[in-house]
Amino acid sequence: MTLGLPGIQSTLHPAGPQAQRILDLFDVFLIVTTVVFVIVVVLTVAAVVKGRRRREAIGEDTRGMKLAVGTGAVLTIAALITLLVTSVATGRAVGTFGGGNPDQMEIVVTGHQWWWEVTYPDPQASNTVRTANEIHIPTGQPILLRLATRDVIHSLWIPRLHGKRDLIPGRINKIYIQADAPGVFRAQCAEFCGLQHAHMSLVVIAQTPGDFMQWKIHQQAPANDPATPQQAHGRELFLDLPCINCHAVTGTDAYATLGPDLTHVASRKTLAAGTLINNHGNLAGWVSNAAAIKPGAQMPPIPMNGPELQDLLAYLENLK
Amino acid sequence: MTEERGQTEAAMEATWAPARGFLGWFTEVDHKRIGLRYIVTALCFFTLGGIEAAIMRLQLAGPERHVVGPDFYNQLFTVHGSTMMFLFAVPVMEGIAIYLVPLMVGTRNVAFPKLNAFGYFIYLFGGLFLYTMFFCGAGPDAGWFAYTPLSGPQFSPGKRIDTWSQMITYTELSALVVSVEITVTAFKQRAPGMSLNRVPLFVWSMVVTSFMIMFAMPAVMVDSGYLALDRLVATHFFNRPEGGDPIFYQHLFWFFGHPEVYIIFIPALGFISSIVTAFTKRKVFGYSVMVASLVFTGFMGFGLWVHHMFATGLPQLGQSFFTAASMMISIPTGVQIFCWIGTIWHGRLTIRTPMLYVLAFFFDFLIGGLTGVMLASVPINWQVHDTYFVVAHFHYVLIAGAVFPLFGALHFWFPKWTGRMYGEGLSRVAFWLVFIGFNLVFFPMHILGMIGMPRRVYTYQPQLGWGGLNQLATLGVLPLALGILLMFVNFALSRRRGAPAGPNPWDADTLEWSVSSPPPPYNYLHVPTVAGGHALWDAAPDQPVVVGMRTDHREVLVTKAVDAEPSHREELPSPSIWPFLVALTTGITLCGAIFYAWWFTMGTVLTAFALIGWFWPKREPLPEAS
Repeated sequence: MTLGLPGIQSTLHPAGPQAQRILDLFDVFLIVTTVVFVIVVVLTVAAVVKGRRRREAIGEDTRGMKLAVGTGAVLTIAALITLLVTSVATGRAVGTFGGGNPDQMEIVVTGHQWWWEVTYPDPQASNTVRTANEIHIPTGQPILLRLATRDVIHSLWIPRLHGKRDLIPGRINKIYIQADAPGVFRAQCAEFCGLQHAHMSLVVIAQTPGDFMQWKIHQQAPANDPATPQQAHGRELFLDLPCINCHAVTGTDAYATLGPDLTHVASRKTLAAGTLINNHGNLAGWVSNAAAIKPGAQMPPIPMNGPELQDLLAYLENLK
Repeated sequence: MTEERGQTEAAMEATWAPARGFLGWFTEVDHKRIGLRYIVTALCFFTLGGIEAAIMRLQLAGPERHVVGPDFYNQLFTVHGSTMMFLFAVPVMEGIAIYLVPLMVGTRNVAFPKLNAFGYFIYLFGGLFLYTMFFCGAGPDAGWFAYTPLSGPQFSPGKRIDTWSQMITYTELSALVVSVEITVTAFKQRAPGMSLNRVPLFVWSMVVTSFMIMFAMPAVMVDSGYLALDRLVATHFFNRPEGGDPIFYQHLFWFFGHPEVYIIFIPALGFISSIVTAFTKRKVFGYSVMVASLVFTGFMGFGLWVHHMFATGLPQLGQSFFTAASMMISIPTGVQIFCWIGTIWHGRLTIRTPMLYVLAFFFDFLIGGLTGVMLASVPINWQVHDTYFVVAHFHYVLIAGAVFPLFGALHFWFPKWTGRMYGEGLSRVAFWLVFIGFNLVFFPMHILGMIGMPRRVYTYQPQLGWGGLNQLATLGVLPLALGILLMFVNFALSRRRGAPAGPNPWDADTLEWSVSSPPPPYNYLHVPTVAGGHALWDAAPDQPVVVGMRTDHREVLVTKAVDAEPSHREELPSPSIWPFLVALTTGITLCGAIFYAWWFTMGTVLTAFALIGWFWPKREPLPEAS
């Protein structure tokens, strides 16, 4: 039942078993509650018609009415028990989905004000992949997401794959997701987390296992070396300017983790946690003055002249 | 006989004379005047909260609009939520109860009139403080439940959240005061004959509400107090690295926050029972079942709070318990709705504006209640929690469930409060505007939540496709706001020009309709007696009154809690400035502490002096032995 509604972030367009189960449950609830609604409204209207025609009120509580109200109460309880049992059953199915597999693929998602850090841990530290605002997953298998936060409480919500789960300081929450077919699913922070809560989104990119492995191997590689003098100058600027106080690029001296890892920044679809499409113009604007685009964003404006900016962009755009 | 009555009246007028003049405004202890102050003040805050909501709707009318920026938007929804919950919904219900409960049980004032005056001032100061800071650009901006660590010292520096936490303390203090007043008045000052099984359903609903307040409000006062301490003197109640716990904040908050919804909703159930009784000309079907349902709701209301926290990742089994509890609470409310339908079915129904609001309640509250059943389900909750689906749900529950009955109650008791009838025609136009506007604003939000719109976002991107429904919701503001405005205009006009109402324009059943409109300062010349569950309908033609009470002192009759048999007479205080002064010093303590911690100590000393003034014994000759 999608009714032609827009679907890029919609619970009504499930793309995996978890969201599908919840939608099925929602449909059961919708049907039962609609029936209850119709019955009560019809009864109210009937009572109003009846009551307006009456010349004299019936003062005592008649047996018939007691029976009617009693029946209503019993039916209410029966409907609620049905819903409760269905809900608990779905809850168990969703809650136990994906558990118990020792080879489980794990991804760590860490919330920051206001962006998402996504890490693919690997026993060999140099093979660990760090990216931002994009979760790549292989299709057709349960993926375990471990959720953490560096600052305040956030909540990860990928409506087309699963319900939300909070990112809470000092705790690691777990959630299993699975996508049935390749696709791009928008997700957003659902717990108010401050000034730019509205611009804290990410995309989940489901790929066939083959495509996913290819992506991962590429991400494990260190950053591209500059291919032109302009890019080389850009890297110099990057390493001299305050950029490296927060950002990392593997293969260089930049390894700070306060801001997103930029090793493969040019391969990402969006900038600033889903705020901007990743293209030349947007990147220029974002690097020059982030807070003008996303008020409150913590990247300070960096003073640069025009040619310097172009050189820096050339370097960043080569980080594919 | 008449001459004797005239003499008594004159004596009573003199003894119970209201405080007059400018100073009189600060010293008044009459429950009716204080009740009306609560109502008017709360409606002012309601208007402010409504304006904030309208600005938010303008901002969201389309994608990436720039009516307001993120910082102001975050203040808007925080102040809107805090205003509607703490400065409007609870106080307006309490104000009506403060006015009506003493009249309905047949006494002359609430149990502790000075404390009652104190409660109002502390509420007023809390509201004024919040809005002063808001207009100075320092409105709180962490949402009306101010989750830590976002609201903690690290992520919310400045005074914004301090303002919020102190405002909570103020208004909850005032709510506690009122709940004590209502409970004692309802249990100890009922007219002889009004045994517990004859207490009007509205009074029962306020008794249940008051008990809920007594158990729920301390939780939030502790919570906001700990938050204030974390912020002002660097304690670490909620600071994870130092061993505190942000989830603990949520538990404490929602242990108050969920009952809070019922604290707002249960008085509305009382309004409905009063209105349905009067307009069907019969007692409400199933009195004992109704009372039991209210009490059951009151208890169950404390067992649901975790359904606000399903996404925090608590253990599954525990969540199922809260699912069950959250679903079961709809049973007593369902039973009450069935009882009202039965009452209407067997009654002789006339439809006036109060009854229209009750019927609108049936229709729209039902939607809110049923979406509430959906939210009780853990998996569904994971999807719709913190989205516009929830925004739609709680506005259906709180506006249709509490504000519609409240509007009904304002029309219903308007003649009693002012002595004049409201304009019926105008009120019906206003009703339809409110009803249509409300559904236009809030129904589309259900769908918006389902298609992914989270709450508390100041804007959204065009490709998300939420523009159309948001525009529809914003359009609905127009009829809704116009309807509410018309209602206020109607009240303002009718207060001066309305047809005289007489004591009982609705031919209703409870005691307040037996005295003139508005009632005299002493309420009842002679304390009445009661012969049935519907005092006026069940009264014998020569229903006796209590005589022999002093007319030269403010005396009330104290009766036994269960049977309302007369026990003794109690003297109530006259107008006094001390409640105002104690409220003022308490206010200084709380405000000052935000800016300078020593104010807490200095303010406490000041308050102690003011309290000494309050309790200073009166020099008065001992009463003659009789």
